[in-house]
Amino acid sequence: MRLILEPRAAPPVWAKWAAPFAALAVTGLIGAIIFALLGKPPIESLRVMFLDPLLDPLSLEDVVVKSAPLVLIAVGLVFAYRSNNWNIGAEGQFVIGGLIAGGLAVAAAGGGASGPWLIVAMLAGGALGGIAWGAIPALLKIRFGASEILTSLMLVYVAEKILDYLVRGPWRDPKGFNFPQTISFEGWARLPTLGDGRFHIGIVLTLAIALFAAFVLARTLYGFSIRTFGESPRAARFAGFSPAKVSLSAFAISGGLAGLAGAIEVAGPIGQLQPSISPGYGFTAIIVAFLGRLSPIGCIFAGLALAVSFIGGEQAQILLNIPLDLTKVLQAVLLFAILGADALTRFRPRLIRSAGAAV
Amino acid sequence: MSESPPEDDTPLVAARGIVKTFGAFTALGGVDLTVKRGEIHALLGENGAGKSTLIKILGGLLAPDAGTITWDGRPVAIDDPATARALGIGIVFQHFALFEALTVAENIALALGPSVTPRNAARLVEALGSEHGLPVPADREVGTLSVGERQRVEILRCLAQKPRLLILDEPTSVLTPQEAADLFATLRRLAAGGCSVLFISHKLDEVRALTSAATILRAGKVVAHADPRRETAASLAAAMVGTEIPELKPAAAHALGPPRLVVDQLASHESDPHAVALKDISLEVRGGEIVGIAGIAGNGQKELFAHLAGERLAERAAMIRIDDRDAGMLGPTERRQLGAAFVPEERLGHAAVPNFSLTDNAFVTRHATSGAARGGLLRRSAARRIADAVISRFHVRTRGPGTEARRLSGGNLQKYVIGRDMIADPKVLVVDQPTWGVDAAAAAAIRQALIDLAAEGAAVLVISQDLDELFQVADRIAVLSLGRLGPARPVAALSRTDVGLAMGGIAAAEAERAHEAAAGAGEGTHAPHS
Repeated sequence: MRLILEPRAAPPVWAKWAAPFAALAVTGLIGAIIFALLGKPPIESLRVMFLDPLLDPLSLEDVVVKSAPLVLIAVGLVFAYRSNNWNIGAEGQFVIGGLIAGGLAVAAAGGGASGPWLIVAMLAGGALGGIAWGAIPALLKIRFGASEILTSLMLVYVAEKILDYLVRGPWRDPKGFNFPQTISFEGWARLPTLGDGRFHIGIVLTLAIALFAAFVLARTLYGFSIRTFGESPRAARFAGFSPAKVSLSAFAISGGLAGLAGAIEVAGPIGQLQPSISPGYGFTAIIVAFLGRLSPIGCIFAGLALAVSFIGGEQAQILLNIPLDLTKVLQAVLLFAILGADALTRFRPRLIRSAGAAV
Repeated sequence: MSESPPEDDTPLVAARGIVKTFGAFTALGGVDLTVKRGEIHALLGENGAGKSTLIKILGGLLAPDAGTITWDGRPVAIDDPATARALGIGIVFQHFALFEALTVAENIALALGPSVTPRNAARLVEALGSEHGLPVPADREVGTLSVGERQRVEILRCLAQKPRLLILDEPTSVLTPQEAADLFATLRRLAAGGCSVLFISHKLDEVRALTSAATILRAGKVVAHADPRRETAASLAAAMVGTEIPELKPAAAHALGPPRLVVDQLASHESDPHAVALKDISLEVRGGEIVGIAGIAGNGQKELFAHLAGERLAERAAMIRIDDRDAGMLGPTERRQLGAAFVPEERLGHAAVPNFSLTDNAFVTRHATSGAARGGLLRRSAARRIADAVISRFHVRTRGPGTEARRLSGGNLQKYVIGRDMIADPKVLVVDQPTWGVDAAAAAAIRQALIDLAAEGAAVLVISQDLDELFQVADRIAVLSLGRLGPARPVAALSRTDVGLAMGGIAAAEAERAHEAAAGAGEGTHAPHS
């Protein structure tokens, strides 16, 4: 007996968009089994984790705030993944973006300078920092053929260590009782907020960028070159598109948006630099990108779905004493489920009974 | 052989009512095939007729949805390749499955399982090679062999497993006429020894010369069982295609213009050990003429095309001139803007993006030369007009420009990718294998279009491994062998034999060297079986 995957002649179009929902259902099922094995009530645990955040208006606001960095990073990753550039290091680019923005805020506060330019400089600096950090694996790939998967991933840890050093050393708040963190940012070092103060302007920016990205991808020659490189690199080169330019620009876009997301987090919800400024947004955004079908608009919805799991995970820890790490387990299960669902839309599994003839 | 064949005329293999569907597509709709013992049987049909599906079923690579197969009169289920091998079915596929970094003997040893060491296999290669007239140097790395030699390795690998049915899928498409003649002699000897041969081809003259029975498939159905010796090539072609193939209309007499494509001492350095370096290639194609480049695959065609199309740059700009402009250092887009057009060998994944619609595929070669992407914005309506025009002018059978490229048959997609550039009336057209794997009707249409384009004043360069094609369309032919290009001679002054010899010139010399080496190393060896 062996299992083979036979290509399906024509995978229906709806299957591509049904796959995420199937994956969510499978993840819920596996989640319920894990909860049951942990001795937690499976149905209630699922409700707390995935449903309650959507029902309570306050939690819903949290979900939206939490989704912003996920969506922003994922939209950038769409450009990388659609062009066959496997940027796994958005977490590092996010950290560098936050670090640059935070550094500017610290320096401005130290010099007593402020003004609307500060927040603009923080966001621009964050984006540029992310671009620079993302350009490293791209240049290594172009120049030496180094696997961008490895280099971009390894640079995550480099970025985290740099941040860790800075907040424990030179940038530590002198009046902070030796806590490893910078001063709390104020005034123009913070993002303007909307409404009751929990929504910040970064959410609006994220939405606008996602829509613009969708336009670029679908309607411009640049977007066409990205998609062509992803579908068939030889055809893309034959079309006259430069692989080096596409690799570099795709890494610049994904790194830049991750850096911008880092700057927004630091200037928005967090308001200072700490040894850790991300609960793994850069990695979770990979799941968001795939769950959102590598489409910028799809990423908005997928980002909301993953944000639910973050908020729900915290709730489940408080209410049901379910470890927070389980959230990450379920996010990983979701990634496997979505990749599996994609494989099953393109291939039909078949069990072949072997006659057992041997040669 | 493990068992001696029974002394009656039970066919060796008889397939009845074989059905295979892929989704909504019926590849085989109830096909019968009977191969007698010691018979050379032709399986004929156009691309997409179901030939490959049928042999994959016989080889245990695909399971039929319905139908029965009997072997020596006994019903069998061929569930996997091991079962097929155990029955005695050996297949030589069009695309070889050899490890290039291993020697011939190591490749054969791998196929025979752990009981055979490479040393034993080397002896087996020598013995089988001399028995069947298939000389191959056992200790050479496969990566250094010519395509013809690799095919011999594939055949030897099958023979080492003592097959009773040898299936060859388009075996002559990679051979010179002389190599093909050698292969036929081997196959006749095998058949005389009792081994059945199933020979897949669309070259009808070969089929008539070699085979004594034929099964003709069209669109997944058997349309005729015939004795090819009693048919004409035209009658076989008509059965395959279902209609008569139109004769090519030669171009009306026209004066040749100045050289529009000039290649001047083009050379390339290859870092990949399996690539062929181009050596001092010089060539002129004048407006109004078609120049053919003949040669066996793997003699630098890919590298030459990549340099002409600008996918790879020449060392000096003057090495390639398009309409008197130095183009050697320009990329594909700039060369297209000079009025050149290129059609590579691979349709899917090189000329066209499989998952893109025909409309989107119009952008691939026309984004800079049609106004469909002016200002960096995609104008899909403009691209759709291009796609519509190609579809109607070149009779591309498809549901419309929104259809993905991968859903088109080989012939229809080839008409599309050639037509996509041809409707822009290019000044220079370089096309690699214009009708490879294309059905006869589409091939005729494409060749006619090439002739007509040249008649309008374009310079057309056709790279092809199909000599018949080159003799049909080209005004002059040059032979590419091991990265060197011979002089382009007028077709009227050339015979097929001349070209074939030039194509195989270096391959033949290599085989001779190998022969000598084998004679030196093989002394005292003895056939382990026979």
